[in-house]
Amino acid sequence: MGQVLALDALIHARQVWHGRATPAPGGSQPTGWSQLDAVLPSGGWPEHALTEILLPADGIGELQLLLPTVARLSRAARQVMVIAPPYLPCVAGWEARDVVMSQVDIVQAGERDVLWAAEQCLRSGSCAAVLAWPHGADDRALRRLQVAADTGKALAFVFRDRRHAVQASPAALRLELEAGASLQVRVRKCRGGNPPISAVPLAAGWS
Amino acid sequence: MLWACVLLPQLALDGVLRRREDAHEPLVLVSGPAQARVVHAANPPARAAGLYRGQKLVAAQALLSQFAMVEYDREDEARWQRLLAAWAYRYSGEVGLFTHGVVLEVSRSLNLFGPWPHFESLLRADLRELGFRHRVALAPTPHAAYVLAGVHDGLAVEAPDALRHALAPIAIGQARLPAEVAQALPAMGIRSLGQLLQLPRAGLQRRFGGELLALLDRLTGDEPTPMESYRPPDTFEQRMEWTHEIEHVEALVFPLRRLTADLATYLAGRDGGVQRFELELEHCHGPPTRVAVGMLSAGRDATLLFDCARGRLERQVLAQPVLAMRLIARELPPFVPAGRDLFDSRPANAMPLDQLRERLRARLGEDAIQQLRRTLDPRPEFAQTSAPGVRPAQLPVLPRPTWLLDTPCPWRGPSPEILAGPERIETGWWDGGDLRRDYYVARTAQGQCAWMYCAPGEQGAWMLHGWFA
Repeated sequence: MGQVLALDALIHARQVWHGRATPAPGGSQPTGWSQLDAVLPSGGWPEHALTEILLPADGIGELQLLLPTVARLSRAARQVMVIAPPYLPCVAGWEARDVVMSQVDIVQAGERDVLWAAEQCLRSGSCAAVLAWPHGADDRALRRLQVAADTGKALAFVFRDRRHAVQASPAALRLELEAGASLQVRVRKCRGGNPPISAVPLAAGWS
Repeated sequence: MLWACVLLPQLALDGVLRRREDAHEPLVLVSGPAQARVVHAANPPARAAGLYRGQKLVAAQALLSQFAMVEYDREDEARWQRLLAAWAYRYSGEVGLFTHGVVLEVSRSLNLFGPWPHFESLLRADLRELGFRHRVALAPTPHAAYVLAGVHDGLAVEAPDALRHALAPIAIGQARLPAEVAQALPAMGIRSLGQLLQLPRAGLQRRFGGELLALLDRLTGDEPTPMESYRPPDTFEQRMEWTHEIEHVEALVFPLRRLTADLATYLAGRDGGVQRFELELEHCHGPPTRVAVGMLSAGRDATLLFDCARGRLERQVLAQPVLAMRLIARELPPFVPAGRDLFDSRPANAMPLDQLRERLRARLGEDAIQQLRRTLDPRPEFAQTSAPGVRPAQLPVLPRPTWLLDTPCPWRGPSPEILAGPERIETGWWDGGDLRRDYYVARTAQGQCAWMYCAPGEQGAWMLHGWFA
């Protein structure tokens, strides 16, 4: 009784539970959407980790979400791999959004090879980001990608249908795109913090 | 001048052993006529069982019931020696061939590769990697290096004055003199090279002719050695055969690793690269199966070559068992190492991007990896291509989607809400691919932004061509 303890000492000793983790001071992998960066615990994409993006339908706005990151990386002369995209990337459209297409490799892979190719690219350590559209990826396959992303220090993005939202996922970040009156993104899971309750609106638009 | 000699005491045996995975199985090389087969060489497990060189095969079979037998092939031995000459060419521009040995001039190589002890360890590490037993010696003349390597592994005599001293105690039988000389000298009481070198020259000339004197002069360095320098050939061809048939592709992986490593060694010696090569799988009947291996750019890294070849080989279906495998590289373009940024932020152990691309292509197909670029064609179908070429500089100002459908498909949903348009594209008269379309940006009921077109002037019968994803 009467003993005075410095609050800092208690916190450093990890004896006091924080209701909310202290936000990291600005992530090194910003998403390019300031409102989204603000709600993510790492201040951007989780580094060297897997991000899962759940879509209600193809073409809903998944590239709008990703292209600022692809543009930033390709401008810095880093390699980006696009594995088994559902459609052809339209060069004019990507370049209009500042992507350097010579830094982007499009890999056509069969259904069974998508995960293999994604893992190889992630593990190699020579790609900055890997965008993959796997078919029927299960929990184990995603975990492999997560480990590969960590080994190769790369950003991994996996696009899947919204119906997979009910399954547990080893991804460090899970986002769900919702298209209503306007496009918004809901954080389903994020490592290092609680997911925000409300969805984050993306400036929807086609230009 | 300083010469290093790499003596290969078991060249033929090592050549056979390196294509086998199991090193503990007794193995002998046999030679001689069919009635009087003798053991030409035996590997350590066979020697441990009492087999030795020159033994009659019948006697060997009496000693050991189970051992592998391979016919000794002089041609095969010569091929291995040429491979090692190609390897040595990497370290020196002057390489000569002796029986069971390769000599290389190293006085200038030492400037590049460091002092002799370090250089010697480099040579030995390479030879161990290649799988050849070896003895190495250094001397001021190639003949002296050859003789010393046979007597004392690892001996280095750098000063010409010390050479006579080092040669003096060597017995006549080990001095690699012509056979009749080596027989006659001990009968005359001359037992070492030192004694021979002290004999009056006139007497030796009378008794043995001028050739022995010339040989001794070359040995001690009084006369330069005329030698035909090795020149690496312009194509690479290496073959491996087995005593049994191989039915599964998996079993070809080990020999393939050897072959591609040999190719890499040869390329390093030539300072060249290879962009395409061929694997020939020989069968008992019928023509060989050919597997072509092509790469995006010239390379010579052993891992890269192996990865590429393995990927191609694993997709091959073997119709018949394989008896032998041959690797042929005819085009050897110059090798330009890829430049890397000093401030590269990638992890230090990253696999080079080219190697990654080759690995993906090997499994997914030759055209699996594309880089797209814009063309000047205004028609959306032709506005981009994966063929290499120049990128046009100016950017389009009109709205373009981010996803493009391979071929436009009819829109089946409810009529979309038009956001922008029309943009009329009416062109293509020059190659018969005329089109007349009005493109619109439209929003579907699900909230997607679509790039659609219809016939000019109409707003119906929509065709979907892309998504503003």
